[in-house]
Amino acid sequence: MIGHAERAARFAADDARAHWHDQALWWVRAKRDKAASAVPDWERLRGLASAIKAHTQSRLADYLEEFERNATAAGARVHWARDAEEHNAIVHRILADRGATRLVKSKSMLTEECHLNPYLEARGIEVVDTDLGERIVQLAHEPPSHIVLPAIHRKKEEIGELFHHKLGTAAGLSDPKVLTEAARGHLRERFMRAQAGLTGVNFAVAETGHVVVCTNEGNADMGTSLPPIHIACMGVEKLVPRLADLAVFLRLLARSATGQPTTTYTTHFLGPLRGGELHIVVVDNGRSRLLADETFRRALHCIRCGACMNTCPVFRRSGGYSYAYTIPGPIGSVLAPSVDPRAHASLPFASSLCGSCDDVCPVRIPLHDQLLARRRDAARAGLLSSGKRLGMRLAGMVLRSGFLYLLASRLGKLLGRALPRRILYGRWNVWGRQRELPPLPRESFRDLYRQHRSERRG
Amino acid sequence: MDSRSEILKRLRAAAPPPAPLPDPRSETVPYADPLAQLEAALQAVAAVPVRVAGVAALPEAVAAVVAQLGATRIASAVPGAAPGTVRPEELADPHELEGLDLAILPGEFGVAENGAIWVNAAALPHRGVFVVTQHLALVLPAREVVTDMHAAYARIAALPRSYGLFIAGPSKTADIEQALVIGAHGARSCTVFLVG
Repeated sequence: MIGHAERAARFAADDARAHWHDQALWWVRAKRDKAASAVPDWERLRGLASAIKAHTQSRLADYLEEFERNATAAGARVHWARDAEEHNAIVHRILADRGATRLVKSKSMLTEECHLNPYLEARGIEVVDTDLGERIVQLAHEPPSHIVLPAIHRKKEEIGELFHHKLGTAAGLSDPKVLTEAARGHLRERFMRAQAGLTGVNFAVAETGHVVVCTNEGNADMGTSLPPIHIACMGVEKLVPRLADLAVFLRLLARSATGQPTTTYTTHFLGPLRGGELHIVVVDNGRSRLLADETFRRALHCIRCGACMNTCPVFRRSGGYSYAYTIPGPIGSVLAPSVDPRAHASLPFASSLCGSCDDVCPVRIPLHDQLLARRRDAARAGLLSSGKRLGMRLAGMVLRSGFLYLLASRLGKLLGRALPRRILYGRWNVWGRQRELPPLPRESFRDLYRQHRSERRG
Repeated sequence: MDSRSEILKRLRAAAPPPAPLPDPRSETVPYADPLAQLEAALQAVAAVPVRVAGVAALPEAVAAVVAQLGATRIASAVPGAAPGTVRPEELADPHELEGLDLAILPGEFGVAENGAIWVNAAALPHRGVFVVTQHLALVLPAREVVTDMHAAYARIAALPRSYGLFIAGPSKTADIEQALVIGAHGARSCTVFLVG
């Protein structure tokens, strides 16, 4: 089975593009650092966010009931979906019952997870993603490669080419300003003729029944203020107890995601447009199973800021598609195996375990611990490749025995110097493809330690 | 069992042990000059702050912006700011807002920390006027400034529950090679008149 490493190798084969991708994300990461360090109580906020999530999850069912009561009182209709299929069917039924065939969507990773677009398209509904990055990948018939920057893998010249073919713009355009203007015109037209708008939900508030949606472009606001029907789709974990809790999460979200102090539009929906309808679809789709798992439940704290992927040295060099899952990067590698441990068994290994993801996570998910635990689970379930299994067994044997360890290090030193490069860096050495071994020192640590001890005694 | 009951039952069965709900109040020290900080924050989110001495001086300040933008189709929800040429309350259908050059709307308060201004959009004749318009102007009494988002939600909690939003500058995107472009779907500019 093809795993992360093989897919990453395809991405990394274009060396210039891999470096460009790395730099683009590093720039976002640097902006995040600047924004975070400008907030004096940043660490306190992270602690608060984590504690609010932990509390909410301990009483999630109660809060969902409270949310439903308040949202319903304000005129919304709340629907419940056990899984992706039920979610898609609910959305389709709302549209079909009202004869709506033209839907505009703002970003929602949940609907990506549920594969809503192909479901609706197969039933004769035109679905237009309206976030610029999402529209770009939709026109290219691709899924997003990043949860906040869906088209981060595409160069402006490629987008110009795509718009030339799909939107009829002049050939050879590459100025982001010109391309954005073209998309603005194209999408305005779609907003004007849409019969319904769908959004994700960044936060839902139990005490008031609000659903909160954050965008920079205003596409969620365009899509929900022109057509009369608004469908908001949310995972059960999006809930916070009080309005006051939003302050904590909103101070963290945009700073962690893009280094901005806040998103341009932070819209608090409560009830429908005058004469319109607001439907809120509350989705489980495996979240209750994750909640029951003591080791991994904290992954449900995730607010989808993307900071962990921007900082991850593996993600930056392997691209979002190498994960082959809706949510890529460190958090995706923790989430994916709970959906299908076999299909995603290689993802927990797509990490250097450097812990940088833990450091930037605004809700303090212990990501590298969880990745390590996922590796252990994959090994116990017998899901490792035979090569990796053999390697691990050998390494285990060598590391358990003092004698074997000494022998191996001596032998390694000897062979490292004596063997020709052709053999050392042969096909079998996957680690040697992109990097050189460091020069081996004359004396090992053990030698130095011995020498030092004897000198002191002497 | 219906989906609702089943999901709630699953979540109850899966619930971790009780954990306390912390007090999320701010520990941020108030700014020495909150209004100056709000102005700086507005500039950082690509909005244009304009200080106006008092309500009497507002029409002139607005007229200057109208002239600069060359706006002819103007909707004003701020009495005394400008003579609107479009009256949104008379439009039956929000689609008729398309082609609006400038919307002038009242802000409730501004957040010094991040340049976000709270707008009670439930009071507007058409919800989406702030995003359908080509340009946006917000009018805010200069004294209505809060330190940070914690103080902002204390204010919001005291208002009647409704549909509302924070607006921080004009519509923007950086989806093409991370280049910041102002004017994605919504307003291409956001002028904030700080009055008094």
